[in-house]
Amino acid sequence: MISARGLTKTFNKTIHAVKNVDLEVDAGEVVVIVGPSGSGKSTVLRCLNLLEIPTEGEVVVDGFDLTDPSTDIDSVRAEVGMVFQQFNLFPHLTVLENITLALKKVRGKNKKEASEIAMQQLTRVGIPEKVDSFPRQLSGGQQQRVAIARSLAMEPKIMLFDEPTSALDPEMVKEVLDVMLKLAADGMTMVVVTHEMGFAKAAADRLVFIDEGEIVEVGLPEEIFNNPTHQRTKDFFNKILY
Amino acid sequence: MADNKAPKKRRVRDSRPWWDTFPWWGVIVLVLIGWMAWQISFNSNYELAWDRIWPGLRVTIRATFQSFGIALVLGLLVGMGQLSKNVFFRNIARTYVEIIRGIPILPLIFVVALILIPLLELDKFLNFEMRATVTLSVIYGAYMAEIFRGGIQSVPPGQSEAGRSLGLSRRQTMNSVVLPQAMRAIIPPLGNDFIAILKDTSLLSVLGVLEITQRARQFSASTFKFREGYFVVAFIYLLLTLSLSVLLSVLERRMTRDRKGER
Repeated sequence: MISARGLTKTFNKTIHAVKNVDLEVDAGEVVVIVGPSGSGKSTVLRCLNLLEIPTEGEVVVDGFDLTDPSTDIDSVRAEVGMVFQQFNLFPHLTVLENITLALKKVRGKNKKEASEIAMQQLTRVGIPEKVDSFPRQLSGGQQQRVAIARSLAMEPKIMLFDEPTSALDPEMVKEVLDVMLKLAADGMTMVVVTHEMGFAKAAADRLVFIDEGEIVEVGLPEEIFNNPTHQRTKDFFNKILY
Repeated sequence: MADNKAPKKRRVRDSRPWWDTFPWWGVIVLVLIGWMAWQISFNSNYELAWDRIWPGLRVTIRATFQSFGIALVLGLLVGMGQLSKNVFFRNIARTYVEIIRGIPILPLIFVVALILIPLLELDKFLNFEMRATVTLSVIYGAYMAEIFRGGIQSVPPGQSEAGRSLGLSRRQTMNSVVLPQAMRAIIPPLGNDFIAILKDTSLLSVLGVLEITQRARQFSASTFKFREGYFVVAFIYLLLTLSLSVLLSVLERRMTRDRKGER
């Protein structure tokens, strides 16, 4: 479903954020990317829908080569949902309008169809009663769930999560992770950058550990947690697991 | 998200006496306006000045609205041009803004109306009022371009990333996501520019356009009633700008109410 080869991203010609990363994600697979902050894991994720343009390498998503300039990136992005750390809901639109905007503009749905889809997805994330609220009237957890519903409404083939719980108060992390776990159980192809090791244990088919822009270790979550082979991985887990 | 903190109105009962907080300035302005109105109604010299000057109001208002309209379109185009990915558009826009902003309005009016427009052989089609309107539009287009650019840049980049990630095109994201949010930052300074254009139409008098300032000059020069002529024209400007300020603050208050998510 996703195939990145030799992915390299350099900022300002001197900062090597991502170095020669190879990543394959099959349909229905849940891949969790972990690593210290500043290790380049978000940059890898953002290269997968071309929010960052790779300096070198090849990214093929759903059969489309993203690095080929003739690829219609808008139509690829419509099939790839993205959930951000800062939610990025549109503050001037209601929850309903947030969800229906792309349905109408990209999918060409009429108002009634779009509203029905929006209600279905809001029910799926558990907050159908907030349909007419504005984002600022919602808690962080509710905002993130709306953001997930907004992406899901497009019926994407892949969902990318960029630290979806890092901006949340602790008591709201669970409600968002529950939605993500359900999504993983439904067979969604997911790439998740997160610090939530519990989620990785519960849902990940594969764990990818990135440090200093390079993939250090890939494997089953349990294996890596219990027997990390590299010193850098050991150091990382020693710091965060207690 | 920085914009979700609506400024809270604090009603602290302080110990200052009523005459300290009373808006005396409003009383002074009202007295001035009342005095002028009185003079114009009952003093034949002022009445004469008023009768000669106020027909120019049509020209002043026409020039204001036309210049503002053209400048608005120009400003939006140039402002987006400055943020364009295209190196050509970006530099053309930047050059235009920098050159116009660096020259005072009065010499620019002479240059555009008397040199550039004849040079482009447009002088056959444009009378002096139109030339002056074009000049004001070009000048304020540059000022507004900066307002639009700043407004667009005030919208966090995550907003357009979210729009693009949903599959919206650049244009769709701009129109449905970025511009509506940028408007909050754009409308108040645009209002200021509207008032500024109104005042700057007085500069059209140097081209002999018969707006209120030119009429005041003519009246004063031919009758030697300088005080009456200029007092009346100042009075008219003050009335216009003050009522516009009131309108603008009402508009801004409406917008802050929307900001809290009430409809």
